[in-house]
Amino acid sequence: MVTRPTAVTREVFGQTLLALGKEDPNIVVVGGDLNISTFAHLFGREFPERFFDLGPAEQNMMSMAAGFAFSGKIPFANTFAVFGTGRPYDQIRVGIAQAGANVKILGSHSGISVGEDGVSAQAIEDIALMCALPGFNVIVPADGPETAQAVRVATRERGPFYIRVSRSATPVVHTDGYQFRLGKAETLRQGSDLTIIACGVMVAPALDAAESLARTGVQARVLNIATLQPLDKEAIQQAAQETGGIVTAEEHYINGGLGSMVASAVALGRPVPVEMVALHRYAESGTPAQLLSKYGLTATDVEQAARRVLGRKASSGGR
Amino acid sequence: MVSAARGSKRAAVSAPHHPKVHPNGAASSATFSYQQLREKARAIRRDILISITEAASGHPGGSLSETDILVALYYGVLRHDPQNPAWPDRDRFILSKGHACPGLYTVLAHRGYFPKADLSTFRKLGSHLQGHAKIGTPGVEMSSGSLGQGLSFGIGVALAGRLDKRPYRTYVLLGDGECDEGQVWEAAMAAAHYKVDTLTAIVDRNGVQNDRHTDEVMQLEPLAAKWRAFGWRVLEIDGHSFPALLRAYHQAQETSGQPTAIIARTVKGKGVSFMEGNPAFHGRAPTKEQLAQAMGELGFSGAEVAAAMKELGFPEAKIAEWTGPMK
Ligand SMILES: Cc1ncc(C[n+]2csc(CCOP(=O)(O)OP(=O)(O)O)c2C)c(N)n1
Repeated sequence: MVTRPTAVTREVFGQTLLALGKEDPNIVVVGGDLNISTFAHLFGREFPERFFDLGPAEQNMMSMAAGFAFSGKIPFANTFAVFGTGRPYDQIRVGIAQAGANVKILGSHSGISVGEDGVSAQAIEDIALMCALPGFNVIVPADGPETAQAVRVATRERGPFYIRVSRSATPVVHTDGYQFRLGKAETLRQGSDLTIIACGVMVAPALDAAESLARTGVQARVLNIATLQPLDKEAIQQAAQETGGIVTAEEHYINGGLGSMVASAVALGRPVPVEMVALHRYAESGTPAQLLSKYGLTATDVEQAARRVLGRKASSGGR
Repeated sequence: MVSAARGSKRAAVSAPHHPKVHPNGAASSATFSYQQLREKARAIRRDILISITEAASGHPGGSLSETDILVALYYGVLRHDPQNPAWPDRDRFILSKGHACPGLYTVLAHRGYFPKADLSTFRKLGSHLQGHAKIGTPGVEMSSGSLGQGLSFGIGVALAGRLDKRPYRTYVLLGDGECDEGQVWEAAMAAAHYKVDTLTAIVDRNGVQNDRHTDEVMQLEPLAAKWRAFGWRVLEIDGHSFPALLRAYHQAQETSGQPTAIIARTVKGKGVSFMEGNPAFHGRAPTKEQLAQAMGELGFSGAEVAAAMKELGFPEAKIAEWTGPMK
C-alpha cells in the first residue's frame, strides 16, 4: 500500500472557516458546545462578535441559523454529525430545506471512526437523512484539500449545504492543483474491468484496493463522489456501461447512503452487478482502526467486493 | 403609527415613545384611533372566517385570538413598507405558530402586501397562501408550521440586525400551547444570554391548544415567572385591548439589556360565541351556516359580507348563495 500524508478534515474545516471569516464579514458561526472539537473555535477566537456558542441546544441552533440566513448572513452551524442532523432534523427540514435557507451545516466526527465514544456518537445514518431533503447539497470530502474547497464552495453557492467530516486523520489523496466541482464525480484512477465508487474516508482504501487488484492484472477505475446530492448519475451510468461492474465504499449504514444511491442510478440506466462496502449494523467502542477493520471498511474488504463483482460479471457472460 | 392624543378617542400614546423616524417614510404616515383599530380588527376577523370557510379547512381559533395583537402591530407599531417587503430596515414580525396564518395573511392583505382577492385562494392548489405560513408569501418572514421554532429564528434575525447596525426590531408571536415545546426554552435562555433587547416575544395566552385547554394538557403556570426566571422582562396584558397592546409594545421598545415577553391574555375564537374557548374550533372550518351566524355576531349585515366577499374575489353566484341567508 502507498503511504500517504494525512490531514484531519475537521481541523481543515476550522482553518478554512477562519480564512473565510477574514474574507467575508457576512459569515456567522453558531455552535453547540463542541466548537473546540470541530475547530470552529478558531473562528470564534478571531471574530467573537460573529460567533455564538448556544450550548448543546441544537434545535435552537438550527432555527437561529435560518434566522441569520434570511437576514443576509451566511451561517455555519457546526457540531458533531449526529447532533447536527438527527437531533434537529425537523428544524432543518422545515426551516432550512423547505424554506431554502442559505445555511451551511458542518457535521464532524462522522461515521464509526469517531471510535471510543461508541454508538451514540457514531453517525452512520446522516447521509441518508440529509439526502432525503430535496434541494440540500450534501458533501462528503475525501481528504483535507477537498474539505477546504468544499467549505469554500458551500460559502460561495447559495442554498443549504451539509458537509460531513471526520475526527481522525484521513490520508490525503489529492494534489495541490485539485479542483473540487460541486455535483461532479472525480476519476482518480482509470480502469476498464470494474469501477470502485467511494466517498469520504473510504476513498483512500478504494485506491489501495485498486493498486492491489492491478497487481493481479485487474484494472479498476476509481471514482470519488464527494457530492452525494446532487448525485452525478451520468458519471455513474457511464462507469457502469464502460466497466460492467460497480463496487461502492462508504462509512455509513448500507441503507440510504452512497451504495443505495449508486445502485439506484445504475438500475435506472443499464444494470450491471453492484457490490457494497458499508455498515450493516451499529458498531461499538474501539479505536478507529479496530472498528474499521471489525466492521468491514478496509481496502481488503473493497478488494473482496471487487472480486465478487468480477465473479458475477463472468457468470453473467461478461456483462 | 398611532398618533399623539388628539381628542379623547385617540390612542393615548405620546410622541416620545416613537424615537425612531421611519427612514423611507412609507409606513409612518398613517395614524389610527383606537376605534379605527377596532374596526380594522372586526373586518379582519370577518375575512379570516370567510377565507377559512372557503378553504373548508384551517385554524380559526388561534387566528381570531391573535387578531388584535397583529392589528396593533401592523397598524400601530411596525416600521414597514408593504410595497417593499424586503426593505432591509423593516421591523420583522415572525409568526411562530404557523397554523394561525389566516390571521397573518388577512392582516398582510389588508395592509397591501398582496391583493385581498388572494385570500379566497387560501390552501388551494397553486396559491401562495399555503396551509401553514411559508417563505415566499410577501410579508411572511419565516416558514413555520412545526411549532417551537420561531423564537430561535427571531434571535438569529435580531442578532443579524445588531451585527449590521440596523435599527429594526423583531417580534415573534408564540402560542401558549406552543410553549410546551422544549426549543422555546432553549431560545428563551439564548435570547437572555445574548441580551437581545430588540426582540419581543408575544405569547397568545388563549388557554386552549389543539386537543384541550392548556391547563389540562400541560400546566404552563406560573408562565410569567418562568419567562422572568429565564431572564426576560415580562408584561402581562389584556391581549384584546389596543391601549394595553400599544403600551406594552412601546415598553418593550424601551427595554434595554434584556428581551421582553408580552403575555397577552386572549380568548381563543374571539368574537364568535360558539368558537370562544372551544378546542373544537382550533383547527376546523365553520360551515356556511356557522359563518352566517358568526358574521351576525361580528355585526355584519349580509350586504356588508357580500361587499367583502366581492373584494376577496368570490364569484357572484357564491356570494349570493352564502349571503342570501344572512340578515
Ligand atoms: C412540532 C409540532 N407538533 C405538533 C403540531 C400540531 N399542532 C398544531 S397547532 C397545535 C396546538 C397549538 O396550540 P397553541 O400554541 O396554543 O396555538 P393557538 O391556540 O394559539 O392556535 C398543535 C399541537 C405542530 N404543528 N407542530
